[in-house]
Amino acid sequence: MSLASDHITPTPVAQPSAGEVRDFVTLLKPRVMSLVIFTALVGLVRAPDAIHPVLAGVALLSIAIGAGASGALNMWWDADIDAIMTRTRGRPIPAGRVTPGEALAFGLVLSVGSVIVLGLTANLLAAGLLAFTIFFYAVVYSMWLKRWTVQNIVIGGAAGAFPPMIGWAAVTGHVSLESILLFLIIFFWTPPHFWALALLKSDDYARAGVPMLPVVSGPDETRRQILIYSIILAPLGVAPWLFGMTGLGYGLASIGLSAVFLLLAVRVWRERTGEAAKTAARQLFAFSILYLFALFAVLLVEAMMAGWI
Amino acid sequence: MPEPENSIVMTDDQKRRQRRRNIAIGVALAALVVIFYAVTIVKIGGQIANRSF
Repeated sequence: MSLASDHITPTPVAQPSAGEVRDFVTLLKPRVMSLVIFTALVGLVRAPDAIHPVLAGVALLSIAIGAGASGALNMWWDADIDAIMTRTRGRPIPAGRVTPGEALAFGLVLSVGSVIVLGLTANLLAAGLLAFTIFFYAVVYSMWLKRWTVQNIVIGGAAGAFPPMIGWAAVTGHVSLESILLFLIIFFWTPPHFWALALLKSDDYARAGVPMLPVVSGPDETRRQILIYSIILAPLGVAPWLFGMTGLGYGLASIGLSAVFLLLAVRVWRERTGEAAKTAARQLFAFSILYLFALFAVLLVEAMMAGWI
Repeated sequence: MPEPENSIVMTDDQKRRQRRRNIAIGVALAALVVIFYAVTIVKIGGQIANRSF
């Protein structure tokens, strides 16, 4: 005879958090954050108006924290995928060091806090753009697009493209052509950058069931799409100079960098098998990081030399 | 006083981690105080004593 009490499981006792401070820092995706800080800084210093350095610093911090918060929300939502992929299985939630609830609370508090601080420090447009960026990355990209469409990276890339526009809006209170160009450069840079990585890691994405382009449409179609986006990106990279918004230094740098980007994209398109194909994808991925960093660095240096900072 | 049944008894490692998290939260809150103070001063600007009401 079984007793009723045999079927009653004891009430689980909440376990204390196992998270170190560095685990919560990891939730903010520090490497993505560093790129956000850098591109937002360029937006801030390229803006034609002036802003007090203290306000600029706090605005930059708010944008960085907002971006980090969206990263934490992304890790909360994607914990099941992260546990499967080798690249991400060591993240704090799948590794069991931070509970999903902690990550969610952490992301939400920082999201709301960063938007409020940016609104108080700069203006409502910048705060609104930051709120939209967090929403776009955490909800539109992470919850909706990433697992649903092969265009996840293309549309979701907008989230990473907003920071320079937010920086610009924090100073001027509006959005203008140059800030839109900075947005477009990052927007069209994102697909070839991520697809080059996806070509190398397609097994990982396939195992996790994420419909990345190489998984759904195959590597050849991915190579074709990388080339198309690179062809669009190259003139966009040069556009700030063509529109007379930058000096000759940026013009020459952007032409050279865009030419190399195109060359590497063509190589990815042509080299389709064996180690040569992997090397081509790896080179394009590595150069794409340098490309974006160098373009924005030249913009920053030009602004500093012009005494805008 | 004896520990009540089902209460959480933290190990030394858990206590250490909790202390570090508490310190980090404290530092973040202190930084927020400094930030709000600095932003307020900058927003108010100079000549605050000479403003007409």
